[in-house]
Amino acid sequence: MGGLLRVRDLTLSFGTDEGPVTAVDGVSFDLDQGEVLGLVGESGSGKSVTAKALMLLNPSNARYGAESQMTLTTEGREIDILSLKGAKALRQVRGDKISMIFQEPMASFAPAITIGRQMVEQLQLHRGLTRADAKMLSVEMLERVGISEAAKRFDQYAFELSGGMRQRAMIAMALSTKPKLLIADEPTTALDVTIQAQVIELMKELVGEFGMGILFITHDLGVIAQTADRVAVMYLGRIVEHGPVRDVIRRPAHPYTRGLIDALPKLTDLGAPLTPVPGDIPSPLERPAGCVFHTRCPVAEARCRTHVPATRTIRSRHSAACHLVEGVSV
Amino acid sequence: MTGTAVTLRDLEVHYPLGRNMLGTPQVLKAVAGVTLDIPRGSFFGLVGESGSGKTTLGRATLAAAPVSAGRVTVTDRDGEVFDMARLDRAQEKRFRRRAQLIFQDPYAALSPRMTVRDIIAEPLEVMRLCKTRDEVNDRVRAIAAQCRLNIEHLRRFPHAFSGGQRQRISIARALVTNPDYIVADESVAALDVSIQADILNLLKQLQHDLGLTFLFISHDLSVVAHSCDHVAVMYLGRIVEVAPPRRLFAAPRHPYTRALISAIPSLDPDDRGRAERLEGEIPSPANPPSGCAFHTRCPMARDRCRAEAPALRQVGTGQRAACHFSEEMAASSVRTGARAGVPG
Repeated sequence: MGGLLRVRDLTLSFGTDEGPVTAVDGVSFDLDQGEVLGLVGESGSGKSVTAKALMLLNPSNARYGAESQMTLTTEGREIDILSLKGAKALRQVRGDKISMIFQEPMASFAPAITIGRQMVEQLQLHRGLTRADAKMLSVEMLERVGISEAAKRFDQYAFELSGGMRQRAMIAMALSTKPKLLIADEPTTALDVTIQAQVIELMKELVGEFGMGILFITHDLGVIAQTADRVAVMYLGRIVEHGPVRDVIRRPAHPYTRGLIDALPKLTDLGAPLTPVPGDIPSPLERPAGCVFHTRCPVAEARCRTHVPATRTIRSRHSAACHLVEGVSV
Repeated sequence: MTGTAVTLRDLEVHYPLGRNMLGTPQVLKAVAGVTLDIPRGSFFGLVGESGSGKTTLGRATLAAAPVSAGRVTVTDRDGEVFDMARLDRAQEKRFRRRAQLIFQDPYAALSPRMTVRDIIAEPLEVMRLCKTRDEVNDRVRAIAAQCRLNIEHLRRFPHAFSGGQRQRISIARALVTNPDYIVADESVAALDVSIQADILNLLKQLQHDLGLTFLFISHDLSVVAHSCDHVAVMYLGRIVEVAPPRRLFAAPRHPYTRALISAIPSLDPDDRGRAERLEGEIPSPANPPSGCAFHTRCPMARDRCRAEAPALRQVGTGQRAACHFSEEMAASSVRTGARAGVPG
């Protein structure tokens, strides 16, 4: 098992009428095959923009920083994602090697084309299968993700399926091309909690079976705790903490991670008061100087307002970007 | 003040679905026989999955859904009883001041073309509750301060605000007419975790300071458990269990409640896979199962459940459940490590 994905200093801004808006600022991470990396953050943290960058799906006003590097290594071959030009080359990261599951499966399936036709089309395109083989594989995948009467569902439209079914079909479609990397962008957020538990269970089984790497994006730390091996916490475009999921949740180093955990209702102590992270998320047009979190940080000092904290390693593979964290600079 | 603020007796809300092949009219029973008392001054939680009828029930208590059978009444702090099925115009006018709704999505609920001041003042002006503009402004400023809004922000438009600030504007607008009863429908669901706690704390504070009765509708059992003093669990238009949250979590007496609790993703990574998973999905309310509506997904279901609908009955102090086999559940243990504190 080697490094599948390597992202270094990814910086991305959008040109808008009100000036450039920085969405991702110097993000670096690695992902191995068979590994689940959780990317957790609130709205506006840049987690979805980071994910879309991997498939170059951001709109045309996106500007990548000069230092940005994204490398996908599969079967001994390195793909420099940012150098890809033209629809054919881009197909490698849009469906061949990388697949994506979105939050709202109703919006991701074409409403007027049957589920089956959409599955067959992408298999013909990415795997070069004949129509008959593609249909066989599609029905097999639908069965694998727990859809009953798969052959009948194959000929149905997205609106005929329930929310949980649609998300299962989405997963079946994403995995049928046997991608090396699966990006799951809030795949359970729109689902009821009982269905969410089923989908999480299914995704864990499939990692074991298919051995792909998963970048799992969510705002819910509970979902991360149940699915991910490692987690990166994002705030306003930066990774503020990164490490094995047990370490980060049990011994959070960054004040933002601690704040997120404290803000969650705990079922073991119903009487405990909920502690919000003070203040509001700043507008992307008014990015704070220094540490981006200092406007809401309960322990901010003078230097936090002026100096960007370096990322320091606290213990094995666990790092945080905070002036007040003891550790070795990376 | 004590007593009951909202009383529901065998309430049913039906929506017509057209006719079937034989020409018989079909109905969807969004609320299928609910009897419930919401005590005055309580923060009453209502949880359930999508399609459980929780929003319809909330709307029925605001005269915003048709009462097909049964009765729903709201009693205000002066003792006036409003019957939702027969409000005359004068009564409805008084009722609208007394009962308000806070919506889920603060991005969709506020007009982008109105200033924050105008948004909050609109109910006062529509209901002609103030004689002069100065009186309106004073009232708007007072309620804005109570909802922790900056007075300088009143001249701005909603687009300038974050989700948390917008939700505070929605709350101020709901409270400006000085109501007694508030339905908060998924009012924190669209907010980020770090802001959610702030809005919940604000709602609790306002409830306490202003003596309000809250019906807090949510799909998130952990949020409800933390904020509410009573929780009702709904499934396919029926209440399956009612209890104070501590009781509900320590000893759920309906298998659906137990499954909902165990489906909450635990914050402890080593707690993986111990949850009791529910098979399948919520059936369509247009075609509910016979007997106990939950039997198609219930791990404990037996023949009796398929034939006979269980009544909501007393199963413990302050706890009621609608399950034939509640007593068996009292003996069995339940996983309560969900979203547990993090073991050290």
